[in-house]
Amino acid sequence: MDVVLLSRLQFALTIGFHYLFPPLTIGMGVVMVYLEAKYLATRDPLYEAAAKFWTKVFALNFALGVATGIVMEFQFGTNWAAYSRFVGDVFGSALAAEGIFAFFLESGFLALLVFGWDRVSPKMHLFATVMVALGSIFSSIWIVVANSWQQTPAGHHIVQMTRDGAPWVVDGEPVMRAEIVDFWALVFNPSTVHRLVHVWIGAFILGSFFIMSISAYYILKGRHEEFAKRSFSGALLFATIASLAALVSGHFQARSVARHQPAKLASFEGHFATGPADMSLFGIPDGDDEVVHLDLAIPGGLSFLVHDDFRATVVGLDRFRPEDRPPLFPSFVSYHVMISLGMMFIALTVLATILLWRGKLYRTRWLLWVFVVAVVGPVIANEFGWIAAEVGRQPWIVHPPLEWTADRDLVVGPSGVVEYDDTLGLRTANAVSPSVTAGQVLGSMIGFGLMYLCLLAVWLYVLDQKIRHGPEAPAGADDTAHRGVFDVAAVRASHQESMTGPRRPESGT
Amino acid sequence: MMDWATLCIIWFVLEGILLTGYAILDGFDLGVGILHPFVPRDDTERRIAINSIGPLWDGNEVWLVTFGGALFAAFPEAYAAAFSGFYSAFILLLFALIFRAVSLEFRSKLEAGRWRRFWDWGFFGGSALATLLFGIAVGNAILGIPLDATGNFTGTILDQLTPYPILIGLMTVALFAMHGGLFLYLKTEGEFRQRLRDWMWRSFGFFLVAYMLSTIYTVALIPGATANFEKTFWAAAVVVVNVLAVANIPRCLHWGWPAKAFASSCVLIATLTMLFGIALYPNLVTASNDPSLSITLFNAASSPKTLTIMLVIALIGMPFVLAYTGIIYWTFRGKVRLDEHSY
Repeated sequence: MDVVLLSRLQFALTIGFHYLFPPLTIGMGVVMVYLEAKYLATRDPLYEAAAKFWTKVFALNFALGVATGIVMEFQFGTNWAAYSRFVGDVFGSALAAEGIFAFFLESGFLALLVFGWDRVSPKMHLFATVMVALGSIFSSIWIVVANSWQQTPAGHHIVQMTRDGAPWVVDGEPVMRAEIVDFWALVFNPSTVHRLVHVWIGAFILGSFFIMSISAYYILKGRHEEFAKRSFSGALLFATIASLAALVSGHFQARSVARHQPAKLASFEGHFATGPADMSLFGIPDGDDEVVHLDLAIPGGLSFLVHDDFRATVVGLDRFRPEDRPPLFPSFVSYHVMISLGMMFIALTVLATILLWRGKLYRTRWLLWVFVVAVVGPVIANEFGWIAAEVGRQPWIVHPPLEWTADRDLVVGPSGVVEYDDTLGLRTANAVSPSVTAGQVLGSMIGFGLMYLCLLAVWLYVLDQKIRHGPEAPAGADDTAHRGVFDVAAVRASHQESMTGPRRPESGT
Repeated sequence: MMDWATLCIIWFVLEGILLTGYAILDGFDLGVGILHPFVPRDDTERRIAINSIGPLWDGNEVWLVTFGGALFAAFPEAYAAAFSGFYSAFILLLFALIFRAVSLEFRSKLEAGRWRRFWDWGFFGGSALATLLFGIAVGNAILGIPLDATGNFTGTILDQLTPYPILIGLMTVALFAMHGGLFLYLKTEGEFRQRLRDWMWRSFGFFLVAYMLSTIYTVALIPGATANFEKTFWAAAVVVVNVLAVANIPRCLHWGWPAKAFASSCVLIATLTMLFGIALYPNLVTASNDPSLSITLFNAASSPKTLTIMLVIALIGMPFVLAYTGIIYWTFRGKVRLDEHSY
């Protein structure tokens, strides 16, 4: 096998595994800030127990995120040396900013968050929680900036490098690289904001579904019910808003893709011939015959989505040379899986919200069971969303610019296809490390594969142990001394039995 | 805007500071890991050892991550050449660091003896291997590696496993073990501490032997490494401080001043990193086959614009970083106390 394919597979494996954790921590971070702030405001020990429980789970997820994250930073250099040379001036600064602004913040305050309960004041502890949540969000900003620049580069120019003051030439070829011209144009390149919002929403959905999954399990088993219901309803509200917002954000992102990466959108939708475009709901794309089999589509849907007009022209794959098209099948499938799951999240969360509002949710056991397993959905949606974004960018690792005509078509060459200027982008095939052999990559990939398989198993096992153990029983009545009599009565009523002891499923309030 | 050469040198120094910060801070973390199978005798002692670094190791490792990110941004040519050139070593390093991190995290989650034993060995193995590889990388960086005109490594992994890098690797293991022992001594009490004393002497002994051997090897057989010391007068001062720091450690141990011994160990690590930087300058990646192919900090650097932006980022960010670090070290000062939130 060749180094390019192996390096891509290794990157996909390592980033795919790593990306199980960041959205979880980003999403859970927000919920933890909420729970701890609630505790400080109400002094209700139940919120304290909840905050402590979720912190433990959070710390476990965070540790795996950190451990697998170092790989990502090193891998640009180890496997993608040619890429690193080409983009270092631009991409590296975003990465360095991530280190300075985000990683130190997260890792520093994580220590207080996890180990500091008895060492710092509750206010300082809340501050630490806020800082960790912010740190994980900062880190997502910088890495999304870096990724978005690859997709829709801006704020840079491509220049010949100099060596010892003279233009640098190796084997008769000038050595080129991207350099920053305008830092803020780079940061706010055309796809940054849309992508970032979508990434955050994806993280919020995953974080809240994760909390709902564990909470639903407790409710079904009749354990820690009061705790579980509060966690569930808080997370449900968050998940409902996020699921609906994902639809809106996805729409804006699709428009941005149509404008800046039309080949990607055409692959997502299996849109071959430039002209009015349908929105495919289901199908099996076939790149050889240029058709989508078993196609179920809304006629003119894509045209409407992109241009608010059912008959508007949308650029199809026929505007691109075969070697300039993204791989059709993975683009199409990953995009469709993501969207279908997104629709499912809306249906599930809206239904649950209605039931919660009518006071029936916690008796609808089948739905709670659905929520126990539904956490797999956002994991897949987050992963497939990135697969769509990254595979859809191929064959480019840094996308070259495109030119548009006045009537929403691409400027094409004499043969009717876009003639990219290869010197203004970088093909993935040219981005790998020249000094690394296929054997080395295969070896490291097997190593990562085995290691990650073990980590996944141990992570799930430890997580399961933590969930079985559950939150600690809240501290005694002393904490409730200064609260209103109704609050105390309410807590008393729900605490007649031990918080950790088993109860009959239907006995909740 | 400052001129490009000045910016390049500033970034060379900043990279040096990040590397020094990493070596001092994660140095004791790794050292605690290296001593883990030898010093603590039961689960409580092992927990004390692990919790001495529990809240700190993650932040300490960020110095490495930031060093890597800054190298990518400031000197992309060097980042690309070094990371792809040392491919197998870096991948092994990643395995070691991952395994070490999850060992720390997983160990405390279950009580079972075998479970804990396994992650104890993971913690030791990850720490020892990572330290050894850091040393081997430094040794190879001093020796240089064969490069082509674009700066790609042209040798094989076996070229990197020669006696000198291995010697430097072993010296680093002994150095960090001693540094970690000194740190642990400050964080512990009682009988555990008495046992640590022996191990501090032992690791100092190992270090001293490796230190003297590698000094002789470097001075006698690697002319490239000592050339700068003949040209730069203040480099001699670094050498003197370095030797004094080494000598001060047994003195402090003998008189029972562990904090001073630890401070000397920090100075020792800082001066060793400086010596490494002086020996390299102006190269970042030395070409062993042809000096003109070496990647210097001037021809590896990013544009002046990027270096300036990064300098602004660093100037804004560093005070915050120092503040967080200060808060965390202050909060977790003093002897290790185990509570329900500990590992």
